[in-house]
Amino acid sequence: MARAVTNNRKALNTAIAWAIGLLIFFPILWTILTSFKTEAQAISDPPVFLFFDWTLENYAVVQERSNYARFLWNSIIIAGGSTILGLIIAVPAAWSMAFVPSKRTKDILLWMLSTKMLPAVGVLYPIYLLFIELGLLDTRIGLVVVLMLINLPIIVWMLYTYFKEIPGEILEAARMDGASLKDEILYVLTPMAVPGIASTLLLNFILAWNEAFWTLNLTAAQAAPLTAFIASYSSPEGLFYAKLSAASTMAIAPILIMGWFSQKQLVRGLTFGAVK
Amino acid sequence: MGRITLDKVAKRFGDVEVIPPLDLTIEDGEFVVFVGPSGCGKSTLLRLIAGLEDVSAGQIRINGNDATMTPPAKRGLAMVFQSYALYPHMSVRKNIAFPLKMAGVDQATQDAKIEAAAKALNLTAYLDRRPGQLSGGQRQRVAIGRAIVREPDAFLFDEPLSNLDAALRVNMRLEISELHNTLKTTMIYVTHDQVEAMTMADKIVVLQAGNIEQVGSPLELYHKPRNAFVAGFIGSPKMNLVPGSTANDSSHTFGIRPEHLDISDSEGLWHGVVGVSEHLGSDTFLRVTVPGMEEHLTVRANGDIPLRHGDKVYLTPQADKVHRFDSKGLRIE
Amino acid sequence: MATKQSRSAARIMLAPAVILLLGWMLVPLVMTLWFSFRQYLPLRGGDQGFVGFDNYIRFISSSSFWPSVQTTLIIVGGVLAITVVLGVVLALLLDQPMWGQGIVRILVIAPFFVMPTVSALVWKNMFMDPVNGLFAHVWKFFGATPVEWLSQASMQSIIMIVSWQWLPFATLILLTAVQSLDSEQLEAAEMDGAPFRSRFWYLILPHLARAITIVVLIQTIFLLSIFAEIFVTTGGAFGTRTLSYLIFQRVLESQNIGLGSAGGVYAIILANIVAIFLMRIVGKNLDA
Repeated sequence: MARAVTNNRKALNTAIAWAIGLLIFFPILWTILTSFKTEAQAISDPPVFLFFDWTLENYAVVQERSNYARFLWNSIIIAGGSTILGLIIAVPAAWSMAFVPSKRTKDILLWMLSTKMLPAVGVLYPIYLLFIELGLLDTRIGLVVVLMLINLPIIVWMLYTYFKEIPGEILEAARMDGASLKDEILYVLTPMAVPGIASTLLLNFILAWNEAFWTLNLTAAQAAPLTAFIASYSSPEGLFYAKLSAASTMAIAPILIMGWFSQKQLVRGLTFGAVK
Repeated sequence: MGRITLDKVAKRFGDVEVIPPLDLTIEDGEFVVFVGPSGCGKSTLLRLIAGLEDVSAGQIRINGNDATMTPPAKRGLAMVFQSYALYPHMSVRKNIAFPLKMAGVDQATQDAKIEAAAKALNLTAYLDRRPGQLSGGQRQRVAIGRAIVREPDAFLFDEPLSNLDAALRVNMRLEISELHNTLKTTMIYVTHDQVEAMTMADKIVVLQAGNIEQVGSPLELYHKPRNAFVAGFIGSPKMNLVPGSTANDSSHTFGIRPEHLDISDSEGLWHGVVGVSEHLGSDTFLRVTVPGMEEHLTVRANGDIPLRHGDKVYLTPQADKVHRFDSKGLRIE
Repeated sequence: MATKQSRSAARIMLAPAVILLLGWMLVPLVMTLWFSFRQYLPLRGGDQGFVGFDNYIRFISSSSFWPSVQTTLIIVGGVLAITVVLGVVLALLLDQPMWGQGIVRILVIAPFFVMPTVSALVWKNMFMDPVNGLFAHVWKFFGATPVEWLSQASMQSIIMIVSWQWLPFATLILLTAVQSLDSEQLEAAEMDGAPFRSRFWYLILPHLARAITIVVLIQTIFLLSIFAEIFVTTGGAFGTRTLSYLIFQRVLESQNIGLGSAGGVYAIILANIVAIFLMRIVGKNLDA
């Protein structure tokens, strides 16, 4: 709707949109602000918004109480590992379905997506037993595998929709030019699909980072990521707003920063490649 | 060397037979054009030769060797696609280098070949650009460049000019013919445009519904179409095909090309009224309505003919240029 | 469109993904089915053998079963309704010319990046706490009695928290769809004298149908299994026990694996009913 509008109209749009934007963002902003307050200021009545004594004390306390770096490292390994492993398995599968479609391709895609609807709790205990049996309980590798499996359908689906946009003739040209299947995927398909692959990678990294069922139920001390780190603050003794806020900020900051820097790919990724 | 033989080659998609078993030999150095209306199987036939599709039956031989099961990469053929199919993430140089890189050619040889191809195709100034920054004609040249550096046994062209505008198309047509004269390599060219077929081919293969209707040189097809389909398809404007009875002829279908109708204002076989007349300067095309005939007759007259809409004319086919076809559409000699 | 060679290559390349997912689906499913027919109490006597359909009967006849199904559906339906309606409104708004569009978009997307445990904790304590929560302050400021959100309006609160998390997703997808709307078509309609309301109903909304389908599909998948939000806020109390959470309690809190597994089978059946229903619509819509 590229059309000249009056500045008044534009100002009105701006005002409404900013008001709504800030309203939606407010809980996050409030959390970040509170993390710099003292506990007393955090629950002061009436609440203080900006004019308080800024302090980093809460961060120090949180760091001391729970080893943030280890949770962070676990989160990075688990989210990153599951995403990369998922991509390695999904790229060939998506290639198959996008470029050599058969009558069953759509059924397979929908079936894959439907596995995501299997309620996790329904199979929690069996997985728990299997994990004990295989020695995977509270290990990062175990979670990498589980999160890869739960996100695999989405990775395949997204890559499939991106690959579909690449004309098959280009891959055929590569074949005529003497490229083997490996060359075709490595030198032609993958570089062409970089934007799509980046979006897929980012979105699934975030989904894995935020996953809070398996990470809470399959980890204890060793492999616990940030979801578990923050969950430990839900117990009543942890209820100090400033510290809770500091811990929350620390848990979400990496993703927020990453999200803001890669907004374009993310927006594309968030639409799951399904809407143009 | 680039002799390609198709021996009872057939293609089915599921239950649909796209190409019934056919035989065809393409000689080394020949420029062969597959022409036919859309959906006639010409592209499929080309893809079978390329190895991008499997044959359902029969054998494809390249230079005498059975290549039926050989993957496309190993057939020694190069292909230029309708959409050009350039690699958008690579520069022109890298695009042209790709087949060489895949073949493991050393860098120095690669560079020399790319330079030579770029020079021949007027692409030297564009080697470091991306395909997205080029015009349609330039892209087409890159696609051709990518094909020639491989020094293939044969080139396959799949409607390479259909995405270009009319003026460029004429130019590229000449360039491709030129290229064939220089390289003397076998070329197989698919098009739905009979003008391209007539102007470029050594040998034309007319296809309809997967069947080869006729194989021959452009002039053979023009002068002696084997059946009514070829007669109507080759030549522009189209040959007039009327029921034999309306021409006082014993044949089932009576054919006469627009350029072989004599015009008179006093006497002739048919008497009709001029409808639309197209004055091109060099020629004039008249559409004449003849009472009792379902379709208009197209007449090609000289450029200065003064006839207009509504004028009455007499038309007479030149006796030695008449084509006659039987009830099955086959030519009667 | 391919040769035998590429078709067999395709099968080989598709195989790992299919086999992994098949294993991930079947192995635990079979185990769950097995347990669901057994009396299995790890802390109270262990595996005590087959009991037929006892677990199924007990689970479905328990007074918590139907309310939990209802709760699940209300949460999923409520969040879907809120996010789709607000998402359409926001998408139309964000599509208008304004200053700082990029920043507003970042603000709107932000909740999606927040992990569910964090958002649940922050909402529960810093906003919905009846004493120190921000809402309580606001209510007091206007002279009203602070609401005990998570006990008095527990469902509404949870729906609100989850909607806040998913609104960005809905908005973004719908915004992308709005931006692809043919502006000439809209201008033509405007020239024809169609007021905004008719343009919305007859042009914009039909155009958004596919995007809405995607939103509904993806969100349903995630919403059916929300866990952290309930785990952290109410722990399933005050009528917020979803089917998932009920099973979780049977398995982990009561350590009754057989009963929990029977519940799991019910949950799988429920998910499948929703899935078939959704796949029908989506399959149709994705063809277009």
